[in-house]
Amino acid sequence: MVEIPSGSIPSAEVEDVELYHPHSWWTKYVFSQDAKIIAVQYSVTAISIGMVALVLSWLMRIQLAFPGALSFIDADHYYQFITMHGMIMVIYLLTALFLGGFGNYLIPLMVGARDMVFPYANMLSYWIYLLAVLILVAGFFAPGGPTGAGWTLYPPQSVLSGTPGGKDWGILLMLSSLIVFIIGFTMGGLNYVVTVLQGRARGMTLMRMPLTVWGIFTATVMALLAFPALFVACVMMMFDRVLGTSFFMPAIVEMGEQLKHGGGSPILFQHLFWFFGHPEVYIVALPAFGIVSDLISTHARKNIFGYRMMVWAIVIIGALSFVVWAHHMYVSGMNPAFGFFFATTTLIIAVPTAIKVYNWVLTLWRGDIHLTLPMLFALAFIVTFVNGGLTGLFLGNVVVDVPLSDTMFVVAHFHMVMGVAPILVIFGAIYHWYPKVTGRMLNETLGQIHFWITFLGTYAIFFPMHYLGLLGVPRRYFEMGETAFVPPSAHTLNVFITVMALIVGAAQIVFLFNLVWSLFRGREAGGNPWRATTLEWQTPQTPPAHGNWGKELPVVYRWAYDYSVPGAAEDFIPQNVPASGGVTREVPA
Amino acid sequence: MNVMLIFLAAVAAIIIWWLSGQRLTSKPWLETGSVQLPAHDDTGRQLSPVPAVKLGLFVFLGVVGALFSLAVSAYFMRMASADWWGMPVPRLLWINTAALALSSLALQWARREAQHGRMESLRPALVTGLALAVFFLIGQIQAWRELTAAGYVLTDNPANSFFYMLTGLHGLHILGGLAVLAHTTLRAFSAKVQPDRLQLSVDLSAIYSHFMLAVWLLLFALFAGWANDFVDLCRTLLN
Repeated sequence: MVEIPSGSIPSAEVEDVELYHPHSWWTKYVFSQDAKIIAVQYSVTAISIGMVALVLSWLMRIQLAFPGALSFIDADHYYQFITMHGMIMVIYLLTALFLGGFGNYLIPLMVGARDMVFPYANMLSYWIYLLAVLILVAGFFAPGGPTGAGWTLYPPQSVLSGTPGGKDWGILLMLSSLIVFIIGFTMGGLNYVVTVLQGRARGMTLMRMPLTVWGIFTATVMALLAFPALFVACVMMMFDRVLGTSFFMPAIVEMGEQLKHGGGSPILFQHLFWFFGHPEVYIVALPAFGIVSDLISTHARKNIFGYRMMVWAIVIIGALSFVVWAHHMYVSGMNPAFGFFFATTTLIIAVPTAIKVYNWVLTLWRGDIHLTLPMLFALAFIVTFVNGGLTGLFLGNVVVDVPLSDTMFVVAHFHMVMGVAPILVIFGAIYHWYPKVTGRMLNETLGQIHFWITFLGTYAIFFPMHYLGLLGVPRRYFEMGETAFVPPSAHTLNVFITVMALIVGAAQIVFLFNLVWSLFRGREAGGNPWRATTLEWQTPQTPPAHGNWGKELPVVYRWAYDYSVPGAAEDFIPQNVPASGGVTREVPA
Repeated sequence: MNVMLIFLAAVAAIIIWWLSGQRLTSKPWLETGSVQLPAHDDTGRQLSPVPAVKLGLFVFLGVVGALFSLAVSAYFMRMASADWWGMPVPRLLWINTAALALSSLALQWARREAQHGRMESLRPALVTGLALAVFFLIGQIQAWRELTAAGYVLTDNPANSFFYMLTGLHGLHILGGLAVLAHTTLRAFSAKVQPDRLQLSVDLSAIYSHFMLAVWLLLFALFAGWANDFVDLCRTLLN
């Protein structure tokens, strides 16, 4: 170890910065290889398709509360809306926005890189994603409409004529779209992983990375290992549907006609699907965990409590999430002994998750909490996530799950834990990083309106749903009709939920308006409006130019959470500020 | 899903090994001011880090490995059902296997020539590797035709379906590798390119080719039925 003044540390090599100056408008804004532009492209596409899914949920809710009010919704359409709503929200919105959007924007900036390591593949990744979205949307215009198989696409029903799109284009377009999405995601995912491994600035050890990067990094590794399961399942189902093989298709009589299939195993599909499907929950949750840690620390002006534990928890959750998939299959008729195993692993996963929640709360404890919009959303996330997580403990137990399976309780659970909770983080993150992306602040008043309606409104929607589930109201029913076991009060509650859903949906228009309005009229933000420590706030320009750092790459001297350091002049010290007294230790690698 | 879990365990072992070198137990809040120097070897020369593309390739191989592990998992799970009967392995597959192995070997040779900067022998090595891989693909298609002609069609039996699907997936991956290899070979024949510029590309092609050979050998063992014997053996041992 050598003690030398910090000034003499040679900064990392100066690359050919000229490389980062695209010359035409097309290469700068459309076919851009700049991760920041790609991030915006991903985000805009994901939010746009997400709005489609939001409207679909409105239509479903209207049908549930006022059956027959909209004459064009018949049973087939209802199932198509359910399917597309679920698939879009989980994959094309949440996955794409967290990894493609936030991953692209934040990873290079937060680790002090100029860009992703493979910018060209990164650009391709976006265009392939866009293609996947277009194929998905094409389903709406195809003969027979999109598939109505439910987002899990369980065979054999998904490829039979009783299901909308089963014998038409719908299921084919859905499977193709997923296959294309996975190819595109793999290109992006390789980028995120290798950039974190190789692109970090000098001094940025793994344990100095902001938790956002840890979350996105771990989620990407998981996605790279989990998406192949969906890929294989889609290819095999494509074979069954188009070429007549029997991977998943048992012997079956359809419309009085014996089909050529025989012997296939629908359970095999469920295993493959949920081997992807469960990690997918954490692929969405881990980036949210990471981001929310940074939001809380920054806006409570306090270092994150238990940083090491937070990192370990992320990694352990990531690992455990691969051995819990069959808890989605308790009622599939699989070996009951498996149920015991998977219930145990499911409950174990609650331990690292609970550690994270405690650490967030302990970070807030005696912090200097600023109730800014990002902080409000972060707080809302914690509460929502705890609620959704607790019902997860219910459903993780076989004996509790079996009666609750296929009821509204399940719908309430997963919407709380992986619908509303990550979306709240996305909103918080957008309010937090929008000033960096555009150079302007989002409007505070509009933001407050958006926050309170969204937060309270989603509770009004999903809390009563738990109760409906306990009453035994089934999910996936197009119309309750005069069912003996559903009391009239359930109908009243359904109307309430629908009205709230319409209000919450409409509140998102305020948000979208705010995004556009602030782009032109927002208050100038300056380089570091939140007085945050992480590297993305220390760029020479705001918004950062292509290449991010001007001539010299930053050197990192400290971890990401030096807030309210005793004796420091300011209540935050950015990561690239050398130790006080100018003494820097160099440690061998 | 056992095969996939074994694969995941291997991936997890690599990740744990890597993480164990990353000082995950350090206390970053106490280490203000320290800056890690780039790694040096014993003589004090700065070690160059693994090139990003190479690391990218390894991560990609992890993804491909997951893909095939899952497909093989599905193979075993589907195999348990009553309507499964094995299909014969055409003799041609042995020749194809030899061609793929030789192709891999040729690329290994090319890798060595590139390291020593010997352009004259690098070119024939690359062309041999390329030609043998193309031969493999043509051979695979021929094997499909023979089987179809003999009445082993895709939809007859799940074993057939898996055979066509897995060989198809594997063939597509070989095809992708070939595109890259062809590009490298073309560059090797242009006068302007220095051997040291080619070294990395040849390296990557060789690694990819070895990996795809390994995948093929496992698939081949599966089709030939050895894997079943192996599984039976394991079962006997366990009982």
